[in-house]
Amino acid sequence: MNARPLAQMSRFNIATLAMGLAFLYLPIVVLVIYSFNASQLVTVWGGWSLRWYQSFFNDQAMLAAAAMSLRVAAVSATLATVLGTLAAVALTRGERFKGRTLFSGMLYAPLVMPEVITGLSLLLLFVALGAERGFWTVTIAHTTLTMCFVTVIVQSRLGGLDRSLEEAAMDLGCNPVRAFVAVTLPLIAPAIAAGWMLAFTLSLDDLVIASFTTGPGSATLPIRIYSEVRLGVKPEINAICSLIVGSIAILIVAASLASKLSSGRGQNAAPM
Amino acid sequence: MANAISSTITAETGAAGSPLLRIDAVTKKFGGFTAVDGLSLDIKAGEFFALLGPSGCGKTTLLRMLAGFETPDAGQILLNGSDIAPMLPHQRPVNMMFQNYALFPHLTVRDNIAFGLKRAGLPRKEIKARVAEMVALVRLEGLEKRRPDQLSGGQRQRVALARALARRPQLLLLDEPLGALDKKLRENTQRELLELQRRLGLTFVVVTHDQEEAMTMADRIGVMNAGKLEQVATPRHLYEEPVSRWVAEFVGDINILEGQISRRDAGRLMVSVPQAGIVAAVAPQGASDSGNACVAIRPEKIRLSRRAPVSDTADGHAINRLEGAVSDIGYLGGASIYTVRLDGGAMLRASLANTARLDVDAFGVGQRVVAWFAPDDCVVLGR
Repeated sequence: MNARPLAQMSRFNIATLAMGLAFLYLPIVVLVIYSFNASQLVTVWGGWSLRWYQSFFNDQAMLAAAAMSLRVAAVSATLATVLGTLAAVALTRGERFKGRTLFSGMLYAPLVMPEVITGLSLLLLFVALGAERGFWTVTIAHTTLTMCFVTVIVQSRLGGLDRSLEEAAMDLGCNPVRAFVAVTLPLIAPAIAAGWMLAFTLSLDDLVIASFTTGPGSATLPIRIYSEVRLGVKPEINAICSLIVGSIAILIVAASLASKLSSGRGQNAAPM
Repeated sequence: MANAISSTITAETGAAGSPLLRIDAVTKKFGGFTAVDGLSLDIKAGEFFALLGPSGCGKTTLLRMLAGFETPDAGQILLNGSDIAPMLPHQRPVNMMFQNYALFPHLTVRDNIAFGLKRAGLPRKEIKARVAEMVALVRLEGLEKRRPDQLSGGQRQRVALARALARRPQLLLLDEPLGALDKKLRENTQRELLELQRRLGLTFVVVTHDQEEAMTMADRIGVMNAGKLEQVATPRHLYEEPVSRWVAEFVGDINILEGQISRRDAGRLMVSVPQAGIVAAVAPQGASDSGNACVAIRPEKIRLSRRAPVSDTADGHAINRLEGAVSDIGYLGGASIYTVRLDGGAMLRASLANTARLDVDAFGVGQRVVAWFAPDDCVVLGR
């Protein structure tokens, strides 16, 4: 890749780039700036202040929702990572079993399925099963949602891995399970980490599926924010949202760094 | 597992006549395709055996069955008399060097070599000593802490070899061991590999598609075609006494003249070739005196001259003389390949060494020549 310095780009290119970025990020920038607003009113600037951050950290209901969200995200991301990795291994490593194409197609369905439908169908399922809605129903719902993302990431990494590495491990005295743990797992670990972080982020984000599957007393942060906003936007919401944006940005950067790290290894480089 | 490891690096010769490895009527099918077809082969301890064949002939499948990555559908694989066919790869006292080396990219050179030793549960001190021994053996001193992607192709090849040898296998399988190296490096590595095998008295089974590699290194070569062994012989026998037209054409360059056996004369077969005339060839053992046959002659065994050579009068048909004209010349440096169109219509390739730097006497295209060769240099094969 030959990246050109900004100075060499035409004015038109710079203008379109700036407009595109502004379209994407201006609302977020405004939100972050207004989270430091000292004024009571959301739309009136009253100078810099951290009072809304302070008020968030004193808002017990909001903090409980945030804790709930983090717990759901951590547990569902972990479950999704385990299941998604197993699915990826089955799809790339397993013998070509019957219905493999169908299985992989079905696995990707949640990627394109409207969330309302996923949420509604899960709600119907939980009601039919008589499950008490709360932490676990949201967690399970998020696991179904995010598992396919983990599978996609891990599968692409596994596909690029030389099959003979595992064979070499077996040749050197590992049984198949040990060979996987000793050789394959360390090599796909960055992809697994990236998958976990993505699943965590997606779960933290989700409003639609969570609102279908949650029960009384276990509102996640997005649900809590949404219900607060319906009563009128408090500047405190801006502070919370800024915190969420910040943490998600960190996770996304970490995830992409992890997958970049993983693609650098694994293949024997061409002979020099 | 541990007793397989502790067996000495010098393979036991065992009772005379009993081979280290016996492959007995092994068959492997993939769906409707038969990759290895009822193949039997004995390999002696201390032997350097090469499996040679075109791609898709089943040689890699056979090697993978020896390593345990494929299970035979039928037949036995006996190592020191016990059937290893049902054993999993990690249970076999056999190691493999992979075609692309399959070095573990997340481990250093030292950890790659120690990998199999750790799995065998050797004490730490022993592992350390063995790794040091292997590193010295393949001359990788000073590179122990590097990762595979920090090594050159030749260095990686040596790490792969050291890793495979570290467990002191009774049998080492090598899949295209020099395939990824460039030509100059390959020649050096060939010599090193051969020297190592001789010095340690190891048994090597090498899969290769490179004839020269097989010829230079192997004690015996098995030529495979369509899942079967066409011929098993020393390199010289394979080249000079191919048993079939397929082997003759696969190994090296050869001229094939198709014809009919007209008569037998004092250990010679006279073959009447429609496109060339009567060609005398030494009769193979148990050859019939009639029927279709083809005469095979290597290009370097044909000589060309402007006039017919003086006949050896003691033996009226001592040499074959076929007249024609040079139609094409391929200059290869050390030798040139002259394609001669015989008056009968057949094309004959003759390889002549370029012994002089300034060859004013060289043949040009269109030059009338006599191609002559001794009957002893010809091989008669079925058609």
